[in-house]
Amino acid sequence: MSEQLQSDFDKIVKTWKISKEEILIKKNFLNKFIESGFPNRKQEDWKFLDISQIIKKNISALSFFNDYSQSNKIDSSTFVDGLEHNKIIFINGRIEKIDFNYEDQNKIEISDETKKDISFDYENSLIDLNSAFTHKVFKILIKKDYSLKKPLIIYHSTNEKIKSTNINLRLDFELGENSCLKLIDYFSNNTTKNFINIFYNFNLETDSILKNYKIDKFRNNNLKYSFNNIEQGNNSVSETFILSAGSDYFKNEINCNLNGEYSSAFINGLFSLKEDQQHEIRSTINHLVENTKSYQLIKSVLGKHSKSAYQGRIFVNSKAQKTDGYQLSKAILLDETSEFNAKPELEIYADDVKCSHGSASGSLNEDSIFYLMSRGLNYQQSKELLINGFLLDVVEKITDSEIKNLIKNIIGLKE
Amino acid sequence: MDTREKDIEKLKDYKYGFTTDIENIKAPKGLNEDVIKFISNIKKEPQWMLDFRLKAYERLKLLKEPNWQKPKYPKINYQDLYYYSAPKSMKDKPKSLDELDPKLLETYKKLGIPLQEQARLNGIAVDAVFDSVSVATTFKGELTKHGIIFCSMSEAIQKHPNLVKKYLGTVIPVTDHFFATLNSAVFTDGSFVYIPEGVKCPMELSTYFRINASETGQFERTLIIADKGSYVSYLEGCTAPMRDENQLHAANVELIAFDDAEIKYSTVQNWYPGDENGKGGIYNFVTKRGLCKGKNSKISWTQVETGSAITWKYPSCILKGDNSIGEFYSIAITNNHQKADTGTKMIHLGKNTKSKIISKGISAGFSDMTYRGLVDINSKAKNSSNYTQCDSLLMGNKCGAHTVPYIKNKNFDSNIAHEATTSKISEEQLHYCQQRGLNPEEAVGLIVNGFCKEVLQQLPMEFAVEAQKLVGISLEGSVG
Repeated sequence: MSEQLQSDFDKIVKTWKISKEEILIKKNFLNKFIESGFPNRKQEDWKFLDISQIIKKNISALSFFNDYSQSNKIDSSTFVDGLEHNKIIFINGRIEKIDFNYEDQNKIEISDETKKDISFDYENSLIDLNSAFTHKVFKILIKKDYSLKKPLIIYHSTNEKIKSTNINLRLDFELGENSCLKLIDYFSNNTTKNFINIFYNFNLETDSILKNYKIDKFRNNNLKYSFNNIEQGNNSVSETFILSAGSDYFKNEINCNLNGEYSSAFINGLFSLKEDQQHEIRSTINHLVENTKSYQLIKSVLGKHSKSAYQGRIFVNSKAQKTDGYQLSKAILLDETSEFNAKPELEIYADDVKCSHGSASGSLNEDSIFYLMSRGLNYQQSKELLINGFLLDVVEKITDSEIKNLIKNIIGLKE
Repeated sequence: MDTREKDIEKLKDYKYGFTTDIENIKAPKGLNEDVIKFISNIKKEPQWMLDFRLKAYERLKLLKEPNWQKPKYPKINYQDLYYYSAPKSMKDKPKSLDELDPKLLETYKKLGIPLQEQARLNGIAVDAVFDSVSVATTFKGELTKHGIIFCSMSEAIQKHPNLVKKYLGTVIPVTDHFFATLNSAVFTDGSFVYIPEGVKCPMELSTYFRINASETGQFERTLIIADKGSYVSYLEGCTAPMRDENQLHAANVELIAFDDAEIKYSTVQNWYPGDENGKGGIYNFVTKRGLCKGKNSKISWTQVETGSAITWKYPSCILKGDNSIGEFYSIAITNNHQKADTGTKMIHLGKNTKSKIISKGISAGFSDMTYRGLVDINSKAKNSSNYTQCDSLLMGNKCGAHTVPYIKNKNFDSNIAHEATTSKISEEQLHYCQQRGLNPEEAVGLIVNGFCKEVLQQLPMEFAVEAQKLVGISLEGSVG
């Protein structure tokens, strides 16, 4: 694989117009990645789902080079209906369009001249891979006291031009004081067997609010990895919702540093899997100062041969008194072949805290089914009703009512 | 303060911290084939036992020390340890208690295990292990009447080779992890228990372990076999003298329960924890594993872990037989600079298997405590269930409490429920107790005992009283 990486990298140097300095930085990341390779199950964070095996099994020869010189046609039929929104459109990892038509243009700043280095500690070779091969890093700055009028939807799509390719993309967001951003990641991939590696960096200043909704609903054969790094200042709020249902493999990783007092983080996740799908959410919440709060709720419904994993970690620094941390993961296994793994972890160094976690997994309750059937539903209907109720619980946690309705429509949950 | 006073002062903290001057026979320092042969030879072991050890040693050479655990420790130089140390007077084994070295008896009296009296009064059969060898086993007559074998491992290798050969290493194979394999290569003694079919062991069986000599590692090996329909309750207690260097204790304990059999294994571990600055103390790296081999069998682990500089162990149950039950009750207390990484593994293989985990962790001072546990329900383990509860209590903000559960559910008929909380003793509770006339330390003791009650209840009576006291002592000086 390292030869492939090297030769693809040389192609980039030749075809992309990038400065010498940048090449050096990229080269550095490339070498780091070549040294460690794809993460495997020997690493604690990849214990449950081994991505190096999964890539090997699904994609025989992965190529890392993309030609970004030609633009792709935008298919407007995939756009979300019934919700006015701003757009960023990625096709095959290339930004085709950035459209903030609904907003005050003076309040938003977009630049692609950001620093490529990474400011936080990580032990993750996929970030090295991303940094070595990502084309352009856009930075979106929301200025002080500005709340976006409409949500921003980022469309992630691929077309038939690429196959067995690794796509890397990165966006940096900076939310100024007292600003607000609602961000929807919308995945619609028609192609198969690509490995998409997404890396977002969020910096939340005092009193800012970030709401990020990741919607991977439509069945596709791609492998995806997404990493969100969220730095939070005083009194800021981050809300992340993940609907993990479409891809063959999808791992969402969220690293949230609560650096400011009274900041809070919410993560809600939903797995709805069938047929050989393997999905994972891994969250790390670092409570670093006093009076911070985090809440996580993850639910899985697992069909035939599917597998979901949840690794949640709450870390409480010795300074972070009065922390409130909560994690709950629940799973329904529908078939003999489905599998649920969890590792809810607490690491606590302060004594005046309230931290707890819970995890439960099992099959649908036969008593409940019996109850519904005695009221005239058939077996299938009762099952569906129970599952929908189970999932709705997570969707109801979404604080934005417009987006909540949109997601309900997408999942097919009715009021 | 002269040295004597200092010594007394020290002993107050850890009353088992004395040493006994007994002449020892030691194997040459270091770990190699010759030392293993030396151990095997001095114990007059048959060839198959030596082969077992050498096979483990071969394997050990390929293995690396694991390092994923939370408490890190300075590298152990395995060549700088004595792997065998025995009181000289034991070279020719005494026939009865009267022939024992009086100094040894004195030591056990200090530990609160007067062998003779205990034998007579309590009706608890005791096997005492001093450094590496088992020194005395009481109450033999009564046990033999029921056909129960309770003796030291060395004796069992001589007298019951068929049983030992058949079962030793079946639960913890020689190819297991580093410390277990190290034990397989160099283990010196331990207890052997066999309960025949249908026998309910009429008394509690008990072993006391003590590390006396310096620079020794203690590697004992315990094997308990409960045949069909039998029942046994086994207790284990441990102490060690105070020394400035760290000592290694890497034991293996194997339990096998056949159809309808039940084994209850209780431990009160009070190895020397090191002084308040974290100097010295025992590294307690123990492998304990039980196999519920037969239908309707049950294995229950209860542990009270208050000692050791580092405790690193996961008593586990492999629930192979249908309808088998595994239980784990644990209290782990760390104070000063102690560190603990402990928990359990419940591996469900058979149908309708059930497991229950109750873990209470208390950390004070500068200590660090981790609960790490695995619940794995296999795809064939239909209709199984697990319930886990682990609570941590923190005292002060210099200590840490961590929970790392691994949950794997591969069976849709099975249920797993896990709960964990972390909290501190609330001011209200303390205030309430103090208002009723308790001083702050007593109040904390009372609240902690209440916190641990679910586990303490599982211990046999005599042990429960001791454990309760131990809980109080371990936390002394942690309030305020």
